[in-house]
Amino acid sequence: MLLGEDYITEEGEFVINMGPQHPATHGVLHMKIWLDGETIKKVEPHLGYIHRSIEKMSESLSYRQFVFVTSRMDYLSAHINNQACALAVEKGLQIEATPRAQAIRVIMAELTRLASHQLWWACAGLDLGGVTPFFYAFREREAINDVMEETCGARLTQNYMVPGGVMNDIHPNFQKRVKDVLKQIKDNFHEYDEILTGNVIFQNRLKDVGYISKEDAVSYGCTGPTARASGVSCDIRKLFPYDGYDKLQFEEILSTGGDSWARYQVRMAEMLQSVHIIEQLIDNIPEGDFAAKTKVVIKLPKGDFYQRVETARGELGVYLVSDGAAVPYRCHYRSPNFANLSAIPRMAKGAKIGDLVAIMATVDLVIPDIDR
Amino acid sequence: MLKEYFGTIFSAIKSLLTGMKLTGYYFTHLKEIVTEEYPDNRATLKMADRFRGEVIMPHDEKNEHRCTGCQSCELTCPNGSIKIIFKQELQPDGKKKKRIDTWVYHLDMCTMCNLCVEACPSNAIIMGQDFEHSVYEKKYLKKVLNKPGSKLMDGVEE
Amino acid sequence: MVITGVCLLVFLVLLCFFLGYMERKVAAFMEIRLGPNRVGPKGSLQIVADTVKLLFKEGLTPDCADKFLFNLAPGIMVVTSMLAVAPIAFAKDFQIWNINIGVLYVSAISSMGVIGILMAGWSSSNKYSLIGAMRSGAQIVSYELSIGLSLISIVILTGSLSLSDIVYSQANGWWIFKGHIPIIISFVIFIIASTAEINRAPFDLTEAEQELTGGFHTEYAGMKFAMFLLSEYINLFIVSAIAATIFLGGWMPFHIGGLEGFNHIMDFIPSSIWFFGKTFFIIFVIMWFRWTFPRLRIDQLLNLEWKYLLPISMVNVLLVTLMAIMGWHF
Repeated sequence: MLLGEDYITEEGEFVINMGPQHPATHGVLHMKIWLDGETIKKVEPHLGYIHRSIEKMSESLSYRQFVFVTSRMDYLSAHINNQACALAVEKGLQIEATPRAQAIRVIMAELTRLASHQLWWACAGLDLGGVTPFFYAFREREAINDVMEETCGARLTQNYMVPGGVMNDIHPNFQKRVKDVLKQIKDNFHEYDEILTGNVIFQNRLKDVGYISKEDAVSYGCTGPTARASGVSCDIRKLFPYDGYDKLQFEEILSTGGDSWARYQVRMAEMLQSVHIIEQLIDNIPEGDFAAKTKVVIKLPKGDFYQRVETARGELGVYLVSDGAAVPYRCHYRSPNFANLSAIPRMAKGAKIGDLVAIMATVDLVIPDIDR
Repeated sequence: MLKEYFGTIFSAIKSLLTGMKLTGYYFTHLKEIVTEEYPDNRATLKMADRFRGEVIMPHDEKNEHRCTGCQSCELTCPNGSIKIIFKQELQPDGKKKKRIDTWVYHLDMCTMCNLCVEACPSNAIIMGQDFEHSVYEKKYLKKVLNKPGSKLMDGVEE
Repeated sequence: MVITGVCLLVFLVLLCFFLGYMERKVAAFMEIRLGPNRVGPKGSLQIVADTVKLLFKEGLTPDCADKFLFNLAPGIMVVTSMLAVAPIAFAKDFQIWNINIGVLYVSAISSMGVIGILMAGWSSSNKYSLIGAMRSGAQIVSYELSIGLSLISIVILTGSLSLSDIVYSQANGWWIFKGHIPIIISFVIFIIASTAEINRAPFDLTEAEQELTGGFHTEYAGMKFAMFLLSEYINLFIVSAIAATIFLGGWMPFHIGGLEGFNHIMDFIPSSIWFFGKTFFIIFVIMWFRWTFPRLRIDQLLNLEWKYLLPISMVNVLLVTLMAIMGWHF
């Protein structure tokens, strides 16, 4: 029987390759796993299967153009990525988006976060073998996408944020439809609890699986719900408020569990917080321009600018170096998934194969964001 | 000890039955089905009015468009999916003027980012709602947006 | 005898078509979808279209596979699952093979299926297949015990291993009503353990698509893969038929003591309808499990058997024995 050159090591470890084509890796992530029976001895993530050199591409695109490329990084938080780029350019220009634009941006960002967490919930259920939850979550996600489609023109890669504000004003139906979506989410939220959260099989699959301590989470650079589940306070919306988040009332969800179950609960609670944020804004969108006036060709002054935002998965940093020209001299993205992925080998040590799937599900990796 | 053992069993069974109740509810309530039967509902399917399906150039009944050929869209397109080819056109007053000959749109490269529509100073191009773009050969995805024999609308250039 | 056999084979294949359609529709309705609705009326011929597609697909055999075992494994799976159909009583006095150790025969044959799975997993020379096959070994060996013990509780009450005797013993009431709580417990244990035995979700660890990309049948394609599906559905039918025969009275109509008129109406319904009604009810419940629950982990699966199902069924057998000796059942 031939199982490949190095299928079994000298120590008797069984080596399997999870990915790049595998149902549970949500894309082209490649995990090399050293197994002892079902127990994982070592995990080694291999990257680069979907590298599209977005950073290098951004260096040849103008400050208006490079915003849209970032939709393709973390495609589930496309709005928030775009917002980060727009904010970085605004920082360089030393302008601020108009109050109306800020409110619209925050609503859109939180809707994106809701949609993203719903997709995560759907896929977490799917990864652990329950197919049905997927469809329940997608019902609500579709409603959010319809709102996006109506106002932004696209469902997933919206490209709605421009430096100085948003691309066009909200659709006349926007407020009513957002309220309908929020009502639908709140009405159906108990179903999420019934079919997955309360389910004893699901709980046992997640509890005490993939533990990572607070210290480890900090040293691996985890951000977002992954770190907050270990008790690291890292919500950029609270720590470095942008686009008027400081005027809003919301809680930073923290848990001290550190395991997959804590990560699950943090995300579930964040969904309700997002609903809460949108509810504060939806009736109070200020009147005025939807975008600040900017020149047709934007040129940033010499210098470097860094802007961080909280995407659905953690901290996204945009680092722009400008030499005064119309295109960035250097552009770098600090993507949340790359740092979160680096913690997976630590979490998965000593777990079972099924646990690795649960860990990847709750860390919620988006592979194009890792490679960029 | 024994109480805990049976307690876990009963709470487990209860949680499983809660889930089964939910799926059972949807099994018996078929009106909750959310599937859209797409090719069958073509007649009633209405896309959102801002939906970005493709770039189109509206022509009026006199076969006139609004494109002056300023190339703003071509410059602002991040993917190079727009190419404008010019010609010299004899005007009624005898002068020759630069006018667009073909407005080439590469649908296969377009990401529907809407930047060209935003950049256009004369509102000559808009986003269309058609999304059924499948063709059998790649060459059909290269489109010419200005219709043959079309002219620039009067009064746009000023 | 040969004609009966051929009829049975055709019946089983048609039954699998129906079960495939039923599974898709059940799944779709639970998932607020429509399910297959293109081929034939309400999509009922979809499964035929799929079979035709699988027939014409290349039955690829991997280069490094053990070709003999690789091709033998699907055959063993189908044969073992079909063998277990023999002693099942489909209707009143309609039984292919009235063997006097029917219960023993069925439980012996149904545990043979694991050999096919192990063979498929080993000969594919695929790492995922191997892990899936080893999991199935551990799983079926342990769940065999609970199934045996819950069957024994009825055998104790009837005093016979013959399936037809067990059906006739329920003429005055099904065991699930006559046998008080211990029989209900063993019915529940039987359903859980047989779901695990036939490798269906939430116990489908041998396939475990999200973990092992298909488990033991990762490398199979075309008709060989279809044979695994066939055996899966036949197994589903068999465990449901056994559960219906043993606990729910097989083809026996539903009678309530004292209500003569009601009992007469029940007798008018043909016995085969009673049998298939009960069987499909249990099939539906097992499908309901599949489309509701997430999958267990391998160690939790074994914990469930060795820490919960097995001790409970052992105590349960003790209670049933006490009940049988004291004559407390109806």
